[in-house]
Amino acid sequence: MRSQPHNNSPDFWKAYVQSFANGFPEKVEETRFVVLDTETTGFDFKRDRILSIGALRIKNAVIQPKDAFEVFVKQEIFASQTVEIHGIIKQEKAQQLSEIEALKVLLALLENAVLVAHHTAFDVGMLNHALQRNGLPKLKNPSLDTAILYNKILTRNERKTEGHYSLDALAEKYHIPKTDRHTALGDAYITAIAFLHILNRLRPASLKQLLKKDRPWEFWKSF
Amino acid sequence: MRNTISFRIADFLQHYPPFSNFPQNELAEFSQEIAIVYKEKDAVVFDMDDVPHSHFYVVHKGAVALWNTHDDLVLDICDEGDIFGLRPLMANETYKLMAKTEEESILYAVPIEKFRPFATKNQRISDFLVESFASNTRNPYSKNHKGQLLGDAIGFHPDTAGARLLDLQAVQYSKEIVASTTTTTIKTIAERMSEKGIGAMLIEKEGLPQGIITDKDIRNKIATGKFPISTTAQSIMSSPVITYPAKLTVTQAQMAMMKSNISHLVLTEDGTLNTKAIGILSKHDIMLSLGNNPAVMVKAVKRARTFEEIKPIRNGVQNLLRGYLRQNIPMALTAKIISELNDTCTQQIIHLALQKMPSPPPVKFAWLAMGSQGRSEQLLHTDQDNALLFEDVAEASFAETQKYFLELSRHITVGLHTIGYAYCPADMMASNPKWCQSLSGYKKMTAKWITSPGPDEVLLSSIFFDYNRSYGDKELVAALSTYIFNTVEKYPIFLSHLAKSALMNPSPTGFFRQFLVEQDGEHKDFFDLKQRALMPLIDAARVLILAHNVTGISNTWERFEKLAELEPNNIEIFMACSYASKALLRFRTKQGLQHNDTGRYISLEQLNKEEKMKLKRTFKTIKEIQELLNVRFMVSRIR
Repeated sequence: MRSQPHNNSPDFWKAYVQSFANGFPEKVEETRFVVLDTETTGFDFKRDRILSIGALRIKNAVIQPKDAFEVFVKQEIFASQTVEIHGIIKQEKAQQLSEIEALKVLLALLENAVLVAHHTAFDVGMLNHALQRNGLPKLKNPSLDTAILYNKILTRNERKTEGHYSLDALAEKYHIPKTDRHTALGDAYITAIAFLHILNRLRPASLKQLLKKDRPWEFWKSF
Repeated sequence: MRNTISFRIADFLQHYPPFSNFPQNELAEFSQEIAIVYKEKDAVVFDMDDVPHSHFYVVHKGAVALWNTHDDLVLDICDEGDIFGLRPLMANETYKLMAKTEEESILYAVPIEKFRPFATKNQRISDFLVESFASNTRNPYSKNHKGQLLGDAIGFHPDTAGARLLDLQAVQYSKEIVASTTTTTIKTIAERMSEKGIGAMLIEKEGLPQGIITDKDIRNKIATGKFPISTTAQSIMSSPVITYPAKLTVTQAQMAMMKSNISHLVLTEDGTLNTKAIGILSKHDIMLSLGNNPAVMVKAVKRARTFEEIKPIRNGVQNLLRGYLRQNIPMALTAKIISELNDTCTQQIIHLALQKMPSPPPVKFAWLAMGSQGRSEQLLHTDQDNALLFEDVAEASFAETQKYFLELSRHITVGLHTIGYAYCPADMMASNPKWCQSLSGYKKMTAKWITSPGPDEVLLSSIFFDYNRSYGDKELVAALSTYIFNTVEKYPIFLSHLAKSALMNPSPTGFFRQFLVEQDGEHKDFFDLKQRALMPLIDAARVLILAHNVTGISNTWERFEKLAELEPNNIEIFMACSYASKALLRFRTKQGLQHNDTGRYISLEQLNKEEKMKLKRTFKTIKEIQELLNVRFMVSRIR
């Protein structure tokens, strides 16, 4: 999985790639997870743009709000009013960064963590297209999808009745207040709590085993 | 960086001391330093003698138990908003207790180094800490509300406290027992009474109380020449004596005397005639510390000549109840006093109803209160649930006898209605021929329930089997109870059915102990306190006590106390159930008085944190007792 950084790459990308040099810890407790969520203008990877990114880090079931972050992305094609519609924390003027700056902050937090999101393929796809627009390669992190993992802890009957696994459904199931729903960090927090709950149910013996659980094809088969 | 997460932490913390004393903007700043920790059930947060962590904890969701692992005792359970693990950090010592999650929990870990500056610079925060450590309580602000489900801070006025105390105060009685035997002559007894300067002599046989002879007996029976002075105690003593347990309060003693119209009570080891006397209590003893209202009310009720006269007195009972709840008098005592007052009202109604009848009752009978009144757990105005039981008569005269008692019952139910008991919508009243039966009629009916228990039968049993005699012949009622117990013993499957129905109401919480509220109907989004919290406990107590063949206890917490005594290995769970049923009844009664309804449906938004926590604490107990029922009565085999 190791690849040499591109010669022309910016330093932050080099540092990001470098963080993978030491490989991954064996135990889940020692693994750093970064739970993230993106708010976008739509669902088209090519046409739509990221408006904000929220991410937080989990290690050994502890979340440090201090290194959680939420950034709002300045997009040329969209007026700043659009950003406000998607919710800015009232108490404070939101930090607005250019796309490349936002990616830089994210990569600094991300390093070689295991990336966790709800419907990860979408967030990773949006981020990869943003990286591509800025002349950078794709994300290198192994990832987990809470929608897929949640499916693993359900019984056959529950699968039949619960049907789909929206973030709203998870928030309700785990009684996580939805006050901050549809803000990137609010959604990341809901995802994080759901993830911790699922992890507790799955009890994987190692990180390797946990990553194996994330098999989309098995997920789709269960419908 | 300030963000959504730290703002949410601040939002939560601002409701709880000491964080409620932080300046708003500083709390938001401070919250960024706090870590969110997820713990699965039974996770040890820290162990005894561990080196202190760099932070203390606040429970955000879930619950954490603090254990003394040497004695294997839970000392405290921390719920949402409670802090723990702070003291060792301030005192620089190792943890003195183990903290273990009771359920899946989310904790906020607050770094002590960031907290300390606030504690030193803010007087109110440091006061909180000092007081908290000195009083050795987790939250000294909750101390005033100890044992009180509603957090309304109503003061305990010193001027009324004295009078109220009588209701709590145990009676002072003479512990030196002067007793004679049944064969002692009256002359000897009179001499000993004069010598000791006492007004009453206890008469014992084989060490157990048999009767009592008072000055009045000697005056009325000897001095008048009815009996010679050489007669023995046996022939003039009042027997049987009225016995009570020694932990009687002044008010209860007073009421007991007024009710039976006697001047002396004998206190025995367990309150029955079957154990040794440990003291005698005279009316004079009570006069010395005379209390107030309940006794006056009993007197007034007994003086009433019409139903209408009782009505205002019974309203007074409700005011008394309100006062007791405010003063935080223990629930068991409150319930006892109020239900004795209610019983007295019922008895007087029956007394007056009998006077309306053209002739005295043809045979012996008893008046039974059923359901919550039978359990002495209905303190608010409520529906009537009652039955009349009469002695068996020859088949030829059955119709006539039942007709007499139906007419009597109609007078009584009208009377009860007059003083505030609504008619039972399901017509479970003695004026209904079904509930106005002879002993063998009830035997036949209950036998049918027990031998072929369908849902209706189980429901009827659960209402009827909590009956309590409020008037009439004791032995008649005892005969029915004995019959029921014997029948149940022969058909143990009945207990499984009863247990199954007790499990019909699932334990009232979900993940993170959220309240399960009603999903639809008139009370949508309200919490059904009766069905979800009280009924599971009441039903559990009934089936457990039936299985133990214990007669004569119909009150739920008294049943659990008896169970704790019978099964010492389960003492913890049963005492917890006893406590929970009292707490829930207090809660329901307060809600009922506050909203002028039955207190059954609770709007969760109107509860404060402490109320919610206390309610939730009882839910855990409900879950545990249901698990016990499930296993013990093999409920699954009748599915």
